[in-house]
Amino acid sequence: MARRISTFLVKNGTLVIVIATFLLAYFIGGRMYPAMQQPQVFFNLFINNGSLLLVSIGMTLVIIAGGIDLSVGGVLALTTTASAALLRAGVSPAIVIPLMIVMGIAFGGALGSIIHFLKVQPFIATLMGLFFARGMAYIISLRSVTITDGFYKYLALTPLRIPFIPDAYVYIPTLVAPAMLLAAFFLANYTRFGRTVYAIGNNEQSALLMGLPVARTKISVYVFSGLCSALAGIVFSISLLAGYGQFATGMELDAIASAVIGGTLLTGGVGNLFGTLFGVMINGTIVSILQFNGTLSSWWTRMSVGVLTLIFIGIQSLFYLRGRKNP
Amino acid sequence: MNKTSLLDRIQGNRLVLPLAALALILLFDAFYAPSFFKIGIQDGHLYGNLVDVLNNGAPLALVAIGMTLVIATGGVDLSVGAVIAISAAIGAVLINPALGNELISNAILTQDATNTPLPLILLANLAAGTLCGLWNGFLVSRVRIQPIVATLILMVAGRGIAQLITNGQIMTIYYTPYFWFGNGYILGLPVSIYIVALVFFLAWLLVRKTSIGMFIESVGINSKASFYSGIDEKNVKLLAYAFCGFCGAVAGLILSSYVHSADGNNNGLNYELDAILAVVMGGTLMTGGRFSLLASVIGALVIWTFTLTVYTLGVPANALLAAKAVLVMIVILLYSDIAKRLTDRMFGRKGGQRGPAN
Repeated sequence: MARRISTFLVKNGTLVIVIATFLLAYFIGGRMYPAMQQPQVFFNLFINNGSLLLVSIGMTLVIIAGGIDLSVGGVLALTTTASAALLRAGVSPAIVIPLMIVMGIAFGGALGSIIHFLKVQPFIATLMGLFFARGMAYIISLRSVTITDGFYKYLALTPLRIPFIPDAYVYIPTLVAPAMLLAAFFLANYTRFGRTVYAIGNNEQSALLMGLPVARTKISVYVFSGLCSALAGIVFSISLLAGYGQFATGMELDAIASAVIGGTLLTGGVGNLFGTLFGVMINGTIVSILQFNGTLSSWWTRMSVGVLTLIFIGIQSLFYLRGRKNP
Repeated sequence: MNKTSLLDRIQGNRLVLPLAALALILLFDAFYAPSFFKIGIQDGHLYGNLVDVLNNGAPLALVAIGMTLVIATGGVDLSVGAVIAISAAIGAVLINPALGNELISNAILTQDATNTPLPLILLANLAAGTLCGLWNGFLVSRVRIQPIVATLILMVAGRGIAQLITNGQIMTIYYTPYFWFGNGYILGLPVSIYIVALVFFLAWLLVRKTSIGMFIESVGINSKASFYSGIDEKNVKLLAYAFCGFCGAVAGLILSSYVHSADGNNNGLNYELDAILAVVMGGTLMTGGRFSLLASVIGALVIWTFTLTVYTLGVPANALLAAKAVLVMIVILLYSDIAKRLTDRMFGRKGGQRGPAN
């Protein structure tokens, strides 16, 4: 029994630690600022970080496959601007939302194809994607475009009561990210596609030799990331009721940091989507502690996220090395 | 085997592509934006778009020099933008101290004076950047974290540090001698050009007149093999990152002096991307190995010539990003295997049989 527990700990060590860190951070926050103990503060984490979570889900899969996607923030901004502009032009949301999703998929597909067929480093290709998407967003509009569409307003402003918990609510778009998380978890752990993603991340060459569909899977991973970014853009534009090319600057880094804190190895092949969820939650908890503190100094967030990333990389390599020594 | 055709020699030279790109852009300007070539003399120094290319491109050229060495060791430094911001913040704070929570009053801010002697400010500037570089190098070479991740940490945290230093404010600098680095002129040419030339010369001495250049290439090609052949690959990497940090610090000095302010969020924004682009354009492979400092500097100039050309044509600054993406795409295509196969076929050579020009 003790042996089984220790294997479990070594196998899921980072996940356990990241959950413990989140609980600890939340507990400390609750002790320091009693108002943080209200259940609504917990649900606010999901409301405020829905788009970051969505982007991080896509990023996690890309990183597990051994790549990296720096274009997510750009695609998000482009989605918000394009949908705001289309809505202002009088296009129905029933067309705008599917159109944005198709755009995200096409964008991811293009980047994935460039990476795979032209043998470009993912890092450079997606960097280009970032430039391109943000540039396009600015070409659409140099200023922030507000959204006055009725359906978007309804989605943004209708609270959904949480059963059994008084005075707690979320909004409809808040549910998108958790739903996507479950879908991605299923995809990564219980499908052939998911196994292939892990295999490619571990060793692309041997995955190819095993006869796995490397090309298709690699491109699909970027397509999935593009889809997540587009969804994140839709959620973002609904919650802010605006579109702007400067939204979500640096979100790609937050997403990478969340994935890393959640136990995804940047060398690929190792990662867990629930870890990413808690990575995002830790990020959100830091932000809410700072909000309760009242200083609102964003630099402390950045620095703590940086330090946490560093610590978790250390923990990861520790567990990784140990897991290799006695499997 | 010494019979190398002119064509082979041109293809083997890494300066050709960036120079061709530069020529192409200038040719475009000659037709569509003739004002680009106007150079006038005002107050005894030159002005005009071509001078601006050199002056505005100086920080990027500096960062590209440092980045070349890092990429040549097989790494990458994502933190240069943050290093620029930190260095700028240190400079601004030493000129107008704004530590603690007190608001800086206008009276302190707008004085044309400093609390620290200028040499000390410069020293602190450069030391801060070099320290950042040493930290990156420590993480990469000693702790063995992947370069992308190791420098990502400083990229995320660095802007936070810069904001912490300036207390989250955009600090305007009102100290005239400090402006000399970004706005001054020597013999009619901007000072920043001379600084770039100096740093370039230093780097060139380092890598071409000592064996460090060879060590860097060797570590970039195979760091394990270099280790077993007696090269201290850890220290070679450390040196490369430290030098990159130093270059970032100089760039931060010039940039903050040019815009007269230190802004933790925007100083050196996207510089890491531009610098990597410049290096890649210069033909240095991202996987490490052979490199060319001059090609990277020309790559940086290409980027700035392109930028100013787009401005001259009246494209808004923000939309420039999309144009830059197209530029990256072209560069990617030019350096891809497909393009190589195509040129090989065009010049009637069999695939895989590259001339002995290398």
